[in-house]
Amino acid sequence: MDLDFMASTMVTLIAALPMTLALFSLSVVFGGLLALLVVWMRVGGNPVARGFAKGYIFVFRGSPLLIQMFLIFYGLGQFGFIRYSFLWPALREPFVCAVMSLALCTAGYTAEIFRFGLRSIPAKEIEAARAVGMSGFLLTRRILAPIAFRNALPAYSTEVMMMVKSTALASLVTVWEVTGVAQRLIAQTYRTMEVFLCAAAIYLILNFLILQVMALLEYRLTPHRRTAPLFPVAQR
Amino acid sequence: MTAANAPTIGTAMASATRLSVRNIRKSFGPHEVLRGISLDAHDGDVISLLGASGSGKSTFLRCINMLEIADAGEIVVDGETIQMEQRRGKTVPANRRQVDRMRSELGMVFQSFNLWSHMTILQNVIEGPMHVLKRPRADCIAEAEALLEKVGIADKRHAYPAHLSGGQQQRAAIARSLAMKPKVMLFDEPTSALDPELVGEVLRVMRALAEEGMTMLVVTHEMSFARTVSNRVIFMKSGEINCDGPPEHVFGAGASPEFRQFIGHFGS
Repeated sequence: MDLDFMASTMVTLIAALPMTLALFSLSVVFGGLLALLVVWMRVGGNPVARGFAKGYIFVFRGSPLLIQMFLIFYGLGQFGFIRYSFLWPALREPFVCAVMSLALCTAGYTAEIFRFGLRSIPAKEIEAARAVGMSGFLLTRRILAPIAFRNALPAYSTEVMMMVKSTALASLVTVWEVTGVAQRLIAQTYRTMEVFLCAAAIYLILNFLILQVMALLEYRLTPHRRTAPLFPVAQR
Repeated sequence: MTAANAPTIGTAMASATRLSVRNIRKSFGPHEVLRGISLDAHDGDVISLLGASGSGKSTFLRCINMLEIADAGEIVVDGETIQMEQRRGKTVPANRRQVDRMRSELGMVFQSFNLWSHMTILQNVIEGPMHVLKRPRADCIAEAEALLEKVGIADKRHAYPAHLSGGQQQRAAIARSLAMKPKVMLFDEPTSALDPELVGEVLRVMRALAEEGMTMLVVTHEMSFARTVSNRVIFMKSGEINCDGPPEHVFGAGASPEFRQFIGHFGS
């Protein structure tokens, strides 16, 4: 192993890390918001909305993310009404297409994760909330969403880690994130092993950090699932 | 106290009617659970609902605050009639806000406590006053702490429900209901899920409430509570009121054959 080469490779790849982080964070945020909308349609009373949400979830979970990304990046430009619309300056950008397809895809998975979170809320706790006079948005905001989110958190953290890895696909629509830059380096140096090892290490460290954050979040949100403290301490 | 409140139809008119239920009917599929039940609860009444399981007493209680929607009948809380309408052949509340408001005026205590498991005891108690009644947080906390003191679990206010015994959880649930300053308290078998040695602490809290003049409807199997704390006992059988009156009447000369048979199982 050539340590000097590894070090310089690391420096080059880390320079592309902000792009990977941007893809990741934007798609998680937009995907999460979209997932809320989809799950709201999915569990709501309107049969048309429910059907649409089911279809959405099926399509985006059932087809390869890479193909979704290609369809958005290469496919959208074929439609004149898109090419001549005010959106085109944004939609022809590889970065925008990559974020869009990542967000659309993760929304499908996240919607299902949130739905299972909702389904696992104890009916008795919902009943107690209704009995004090909660309904509609207040019930959702104060009782349903907090419990559902806690229940969904383990599955959701897996999905977030998957998203870190999925950003690598953006390299195939010419976004210069970590994997894309790694491939460019390999094309220049033919040293596949070292470069991809460095890239893998970056993703591993990133996911390790995300895992810690998610675990901490889960720990902070679920004191009620831990055993009671032996000696109660004063809180706040 | 019990004797002074004991209503006969004539004297009951003196105090305000907190809750009036008229001719409630409810079926689950072909099975008719409630066959026209009526009941008036006046200020300070403590009414025990007795009956074998399947007699409809819990369903009746749940129909009052609309956790089950009765097929027919009328519910009046403190003079206000709950508006119902027919939609696709089913009876449904006409106005969700009215139902929410009515529920906030009726305290409900469940058999299995139904505390919100992710909130501390104090958070459970202030949740309704803060977010349903929209009262200032500081006031809610002060009142909640007084209520927790009253039910004897002030030291547990920062604990989570799962870390408490059943009796403590039920007392917390009672405090949560009281925090809404309800006009009537509904108890749905509040001690049935408790270990025998924990029943007493919950009944003591309920007895204290009754003595303060809280209007209470209690579905229970605790015969001694029905006999000594309530001023009226209703025995339900097959979705109908079989026997109704002051405890000394229902447990004494007025006992129906069905009621005698029922309490025979309790050895009392």
